[in-house]
Amino acid sequence: MIGHLPQLVAVWLFAVGLYGIVTSRNLVHMVICLSVAQSSTYVLLLSIGFRAGGTAPIFLDVPVGTRAVDPVVKALALTDVVVGATVTALLLALAVQAHKRHGTLDPEEFRSLRG
Amino acid sequence: MRSQTQRRVFLVAMAGLAAFLVWGMAGLPRFGTFAGAYSQFLNAHAVAQRAATNVVAAITFDYRGFDTMGEEFILFAAVVGVAILLRTQRDEEERSPTEEAEGRHAPAASNAVRALGLAMVGPIVVFGVYVVAHGHLSPGGGFQGGVVLATGALLVYLSGEYVTLRRVRPEHLIDAAESAGAGGYVAIGVLGLAMTGSFLENVLPLGRPGALLSAGIILPINAAVGLEVAAGFVLLLSEFLEQTLVLQPRGGGTP
Repeated sequence: MIGHLPQLVAVWLFAVGLYGIVTSRNLVHMVICLSVAQSSTYVLLLSIGFRAGGTAPIFLDVPVGTRAVDPVVKALALTDVVVGATVTALLLALAVQAHKRHGTLDPEEFRSLRG
Repeated sequence: MRSQTQRRVFLVAMAGLAAFLVWGMAGLPRFGTFAGAYSQFLNAHAVAQRAATNVVAAITFDYRGFDTMGEEFILFAAVVGVAILLRTQRDEEERSPTEEAEGRHAPAASNAVRALGLAMVGPIVVFGVYVVAHGHLSPGGGFQGGVVLATGALLVYLSGEYVTLRRVRPEHLIDAAESAGAGGYVAIGVLGLAMTGSFLENVLPLGRPGALLSAGIILPINAAVGLEVAAGFVLLLSEFLEQTLVLQPRGGGTP
């Protein structure tokens, strides 16, 4: 089990993030919870790419052939971070507009305010 | 009561999903033991093939360069989306910078914030340019350096009064920089298409690994991405600042 601890951390982050989204009473809080859930993918990607004893895959001051971690998942994690930031920005902009129209950030209250 | 039911239903569903996830994770290689053939190959050959000592940058901007172009346009589309969502609405107007009405004036930055903020702008900009320019050598690149550069602009906003500063904000220049960054990536790709027959193929000399001018098109692509990300984040930040500091419902009153 201990050999899979980072993957279990990813499952836990995803679960608490989703719990926050479902029970949230504030749109900004909800967006942050989505970021938490999304950060589980960073943990998962990087934990898969880690090699015991490996250094960063940057061969500037270590010779090529040095044991290094997986560079592919690192590139994927970079994409992940960028997409996460843009999604957060868009959702926060939507939250600003929702607050302007309805004067509240509570998703429960939108249901009664339809229109 | 409603939220109680909601929570119970979620917890049951989440327990099921978590069980599936844990079951799936248990089938993955143990932590620290996975050695994918693709990554082994790239770690061994990317420096020789691309003269880029940062293998992650070689993957992002060369081996997977086409995917990264899509990623850059995701960012571009998101910035455009935020700008459209947060545009001035029909029932809003811009606050004049000289307005001093009760409770409507944002407190001015203290002298300590102002001095420290302005003192940090220079080093932050230099650091951002460094991170962009050395993306193919050491950790960093256009995305990371672009965000660092954008914080330089944020420091200027923080150390002055945004409402006054936006008068001198080179808005069209920032818009143009963002488009130039996004278009520059495509232009480099088209250059490869024209000269070698494949999109995003390297057309520049590779140089010696570890030198600043090396790694072919990775450096210009990093510069284009850095420009786009920096301009995009400056636009994002100023759109959000404008919401609180500049816009007000038509005819005054609290928003």
